[in-house]
Parts: sequence; C-alpha cells; structure tokens
Amino acid sequence: MDPTDIARWQFAITTVYHFLFVPITIGLSAIIAGYEITWLRTRDERWLRLTKFFGKLFLINFAIGVVTGIVQEFQFGMNWSDYSRFVGDVFGAPLAIEGLLAFFLESTFLGLWIFGWDRLSPRLHAACIVLVHIGTLFSAYFILAANSWMQHPVGYSFNPDTGRAEMNDFAAVLFNKVQLVTFPHVVLSAYMTGAAFVVGIALWHLRRATTDADRALHRPAVRTGAWIVLVAALGVIVSGDVQGKIMTEVQPMKMAAAEGLYETEQPADFSVFQLGTLDGEHETFSVKVPGLLSFLATGTPGGEVEGINDLREQYRETYGADPGAAYYSPGDYTPVIPLTYWSFRLMIGLGMAGVAVAAWVLWATRGSRTPQGRPVLAAAIALPFLPLLANSFGWIFTEMGRQPWAVFGLMTTEHSVSPGLTTTEAWISLITLTAVYGVLAVVEVRLMLTWIRRGVEELPPDLPADTGEDRPLAFAY
Amino acid sequence: MELTTVWFVLIAVLWIGYFTLEGFDFGVGLLLPVLARDNTERRVMINTIGPVWDGNEVWLLVAGGATFAAFPEWYATLFSGFYLPLLMILVALIVRGLAFEYRAKRPDAAWRARWDRVIFFGSLVPSVLWGVAFANILRGVPIDSDLEYAGGFLDLLNPYALLGGLTTLALFVTHGALFIALKTDGEIRHRARRLAVPAVAVSAVLAVAFLGWTQQQTGTTGSAIAFVLAAAALVSAGAAARAGREGWAFLGTFVTIALAVAGLFLALFPDVMPSTLADGASLTTTNAAATSYTLRIMTVTAVVFTPLVLAYQGWTYWVFRKRISTHHIPSAPVETAGTR
Repeated sequence: MDPTDIARWQFAITTVYHFLFVPITIGLSAIIAGYEITWLRTRDERWLRLTKFFGKLFLINFAIGVVTGIVQEFQFGMNWSDYSRFVGDVFGAPLAIEGLLAFFLESTFLGLWIFGWDRLSPRLHAACIVLVHIGTLFSAYFILAANSWMQHPVGYSFNPDTGRAEMNDFAAVLFNKVQLVTFPHVVLSAYMTGAAFVVGIALWHLRRATTDADRALHRPAVRTGAWIVLVAALGVIVSGDVQGKIMTEVQPMKMAAAEGLYETEQPADFSVFQLGTLDGEHETFSVKVPGLLSFLATGTPGGEVEGINDLREQYRETYGADPGAAYYSPGDYTPVIPLTYWSFRLMIGLGMAGVAVAAWVLWATRGSRTPQGRPVLAAAIALPFLPLLANSFGWIFTEMGRQPWAVFGLMTTEHSVSPGLTTTEAWISLITLTAVYGVLAVVEVRLMLTWIRRGVEELPPDLPADTGEDRPLAFAY
Repeated sequence: MELTTVWFVLIAVLWIGYFTLEGFDFGVGLLLPVLARDNTERRVMINTIGPVWDGNEVWLLVAGGATFAAFPEWYATLFSGFYLPLLMILVALIVRGLAFEYRAKRPDAAWRARWDRVIFFGSLVPSVLWGVAFANILRGVPIDSDLEYAGGFLDLLNPYALLGGLTTLALFVTHGALFIALKTDGEIRHRARRLAVPAVAVSAVLAVAFLGWTQQQTGTTGSAIAFVLAAAALVSAGAAARAGREGWAFLGTFVTIALAVAGLFLALFPDVMPSTLADGASLTTTNAAATSYTLRIMTVTAVVFTPLVLAYQGWTYWVFRKRISTHHIPSAPVETAGTR
C-alpha cells in the first residue's frame, strides 16, 4: 500500500473508533442531566442513584472519547498536510472555535461534576452536567460544520496565487444547508444511541431484579429511555429524509452510489437487498420497493434519479476542466459501490431495528409488567449496539460516498496526503495507533461490563455535619 | 499591530497556558514513583490534579486548532515534519489520560501498578519531547522552497534539542513538586518541599544553558529580557521553597515557565519555522498565515471567549483549593458521602 492508502486506513480506523464513544457521550450526558434535575425537583433518591450509576459508566466512556479525540485534532497535519494547507483558512476556524468553546467547557465542568459533589450546591452541581452537555453540542456543531464544508464547500473562493481555498463568508460556512440538516441528524441519533445504551442496561437489571424496590428503580430508566429512543428516531428519520434530498442536489453521485444505480431511472426503485456481482452492476435477485429511491431522492415517487454512468460523464465535463490546478486528478468519480450500497442499508436497517426493539420493550413493560425470559435478555444486549452501529455505518457511507473527493469538487483525497509522508512512517503510525486502540478497547469493554454488573448502588450514609472540613473527599480517584 | 502578529502572540499565549498548567500535572505524574510511598499517597497525588488535568490539556488542543486556523502552513509543515515525535506524544497523552480515570476502577494492586507506570511514562515522554520539538523549531529544520519539511527523524535529535528536552523535563518536575507541596498536607508535602530545592537548582542550570544558547543563536533584546526575568523568577522560587513559602514558590515556577516560553516566541518572531536549507524557505508569520478575513473572525472569537474560559477555569482551581492529605482519601475509590 502507498502512504495515501495507509493514511486513509488510519483515518477510517481512528475516526470510526472515536465515534463509537462520541454519540454515547452526547446522549448520555443529556440523560444524566435529566436524572439529576429530576432528583432536584422530586428529591426522589432513585434518580440520584441512577445519576451516579450512569455517571460512572459515562466517565469510563468519556475518558476514551477524549483521548482518542486528540489524534483527530493532530492527524490532519500529520497525514494530510496538503489538505491542511489547502483548506486551513476555512476548515481551521471551526476546529479552533470547537476547542475554545466546547473542549474547555466539557473538560472543566466535567471535572467539577466528578469531584464537586461535596463542594458545590446541588443546583450548581446539576448545572455542571448541563454545561458538559451543552459543550458536547457545541463540539458537534463546529466539527460538523467543518465536515459539511467538505461535503458541500460554500463561503469560500479559490485563490490561484496561494493555491488554496480562502474563506469569504463565515456565516455561509456555519449555516451551510448540509450542516443545518446534518447537525440534527447526528445529534438526534446520538440521543437515540445514549438512550438505547441506558435501556439495554436498565432492562438487564430490571429482569434480574428480585425486590419491588429494585424494579421501581429500573423501570423508569427503561421506559423513559425507550421513549427517548422512539422520539429521537422520529427526528432522525425526518432529518435523514431531508438530508437525502439535499445530498441528491449537492452530491448526486453519492445518492446513485447508495443504490448502486448505474442507469438513470424514472421512477427509481429502492432495493432492500440484492444478490449479484459485488458492485451491483449485474443483479441476479433483489427485493425492490417501487419508486422508493425516487421518493428518497426527490420527494415524489415518480421523480428521476440520475445513474452513476450519466453522472460520471457530467462530472468529467465539470471537473475535467480545471478549477483547482495541482489538486485535481481525473478519475472516474465513482465511490466503492458495494461499500456505499451496504453501509447505507445497514445504517437504515440497524436504526430501524433499534426502533423496533425499543417499541417492543415499551409494550412488554406496559402497566407494571416485568418481562422475563430470553427475548428480554436478547433485547437488553442487542439494543445498545443497534443505533451505535447505525451511526458508524452512516459515517462510513457519508465519507466513502464522497470519494474520490476530500473536498467535494475541489480536492481529491489522493492529493490531500502529506507529500513527505513515507510508507514506513505511515505504517508505524497506523500499526501503533491500531494496536493501542485495540488494547484500550479490551480494557474499556471489560471495565464497562464490570461496572454494569455491579449495578446501581445504595446511597452512602451522609456523614454527620460536625466532621466538617476534614472529612474524606466525596469522590476520589 | 498586524493581525498576523496578534495571532503569533495568541498562539504563544496558548502554549504558555499549556506549559504552565499541564507542566505541573506532568510533574505530578513524574514524581508519582518518587514522592509517594504507598497507594493512599499515590492517590493523594493523583487527586490533586484529578479535577483539572483534562482542562489543562485542552490548552494544547486549542493551540493546535488555532495554529491550523491562523497559520495553516505552519500547522501543516510542523505536524507532518515532526511526525514520529508527535506520534509518541499522542500515544503518551492517550494512555496517560485513561490512566487517571481507569486506575481506581478496579481494586487490584497489579492493575493499579500498571496504570502508575503508564502515568509516569505518559508524563515523561511529552515532558521531554515538547522541549525537543520547541528547540528544533527555534534552531531551524530543513524546509524546502515548497515549505515542506525535508529532513528526517534523526535531524530532530541534536545536542541543542536534547538540552531543550532536559530543560522542560526538569522545569516540569520542579513545577510539579511545588504544586504537590502547595496542594497536599502531611508527609508528602514535606517530601515535595525537600525535593523542590535541589530540583530548582538542577532546572536553573539546565534552563540557563538552554536559554543562553537560544539567546546566542537567535535572541533579541525582548527575548533576553524575558530570559533574565525567567531566571530571576526561578531563583526566587528556590528561595521561597527553602523558606517554606509554597504559594510563592509555585507562583515562581509558573512565572518562570511563562516567561521562558514567551522568550522563546520572542526569539522566534517573525519566523514561525526557520529553514536551515540555503535554497529553502522559512515559514514566517506572513507566508504561513490565513487570510485577514479568517484572522478577524478568529480574533473576535478569541477576544470574547478567552476571558470567559479563564474565568471558569480559574474558578475550578478556587473550588478545589483545599489541601489534600491521606486522611481525606476514602477507603475505596467510590463516593463516601452524599451531596451536601
């Protein structure tokens, strides 16, 4: 493999890995904030116990999300220096602002939240986790603005003297139409993911509960979580639908690649799955929903959807001529079709499966029922993974569907890589990071399972007030 | 002042923030095997930085992001050029950050011992390599006329850079010892204070050598003043440590590091990465910069939000101002008391 391929593998591995922890962080911080506020309002201790229990799991997850995020901030410069030179004037600003607005907020107030149980008033303490959550939203907004610019560059002009894209309208970058629909799509799927995580764990404990008190503790977590999954999923579907139409407009090749649609069709069908050659060019068997692709892409069941072959010709005409000089290479402008085809289906399919399981959990726990048996166990174990993996496949689709472009229409991935990067350096980096991440995954999962199994703890007794300033810390590492 | 100069100053401020703050939490990590005799004492040390180390590290992320935005060429050349040292720093920061959080999560001595080693090496590697990296930036590296780094890994290992690495290491150890002296009580506090005085002496020797060498290479009047004041602050820190004035001593190393970093940036200006090649090109605040439009937006953002960040980060240190000693450490690494 050449350095470009190795750098691509590294970006894919480190980014998909990082984004396993991000949606849980976003979703879970909101849910924990909800628990703590509910406790403040009701003084019902169950909510405080849930706050502390899920708070521990949150920290185990957050820690690995934070440290793997450091790589994200640096690898643009390390592996993708030509990309960084070309886009820095536009792309750097949201990244820097993310650090200033979001990372400081998250890290500082999380420190206060972890260690501040006995130092802050209960209201202030709850405000800390709310601020952590707001920090995660800021973070999501700015990094998605940067990514949306790569999907649909706006608010810039190409400067032939400096050979780079230069920003001339920051508002256009921040309120890019791709961004305005991507942000709700990503954040709502993060809520879905965080809630599914909670439901899975709480359901597992509910099934094992032996006392009424235990059931009364876990049931509200299961039911509120399942409702959040369903409501957030509704938003994910609506925003995803709008996103599909915008994508058809700004990156028609990506929509054609989602279906493996080679020839322009009107109306175009959506295949739920198909068998045939791997690239979908010749199918032997498929299950199709008539007109669905037309509906996803254009909003009407009879709309025309352009196929890969026609688009390739159009792209050649548009980009064959030269806007970006050194950064352009004539390719065939087609992403890897099997990957886009199946990642698109897995995103939708796993998300929908998550919805179905959450709906079933709500039905099975209706009234005061506590379902038993294997299906509940299966639901509890499967649910956390369904929206989580749907997130991963969604990103794999989004990023692979943009190929061969790094910045759509402006710069190819091939031309983004650091020119001085040697194959040896690239391998050292890829192998080191993959090995470290692999070991950390094992450590993290084991730790997570240990603390999930320990379950929700009783509240420790309040110490008498006269121990005063010299009493032990409320929390210590 | 030119906007590019403003951003050169702001990047310097971000690095000053990073080294003065994470400097002491690196020091705490480095001194973990030296100052603590048992697990409870190690926990005392770790808990002095527990609530703040992550916020300290964000200064690095913002310095990186701000360099990307304000000087894209600098970001691109520096990070792709210093590839392997940066990779080592990243790996160190990854495992070190997890160690603080995960160490206490299993009641198992072997598990804790492994994470203790991770904390030590995770603090050692960046403490040395940041000094090596900055020395190389000051000294100049091979950069060709396309502004690409044209050297290899071994070009970064030279006596001047290694002296830089030892200097940051010694300063961070001293800074950490004084932080522990300031933030703990009991035996550890005394051990830290006893260690601080010779540590100040060692770092003074190294710092004078390194900063003097820098001054002689690329120094300006401004950097000379900053270096002399830094040395004076370090000597005062030593005197304060001897006199048992821990607050003043810690302030002394804080100011020392801030002035030393300021002096390095003054010695660098107006270059950001000088080239050692005759037919190469140096990166400067002008040819590495973003457009004035982007710099204006970034300036407004920085002016509005930096004071806010300083305010709430400062408040955190106030909230956790109490000294910690062994009897404050709960028996198990879990909560012992409810909310107040």
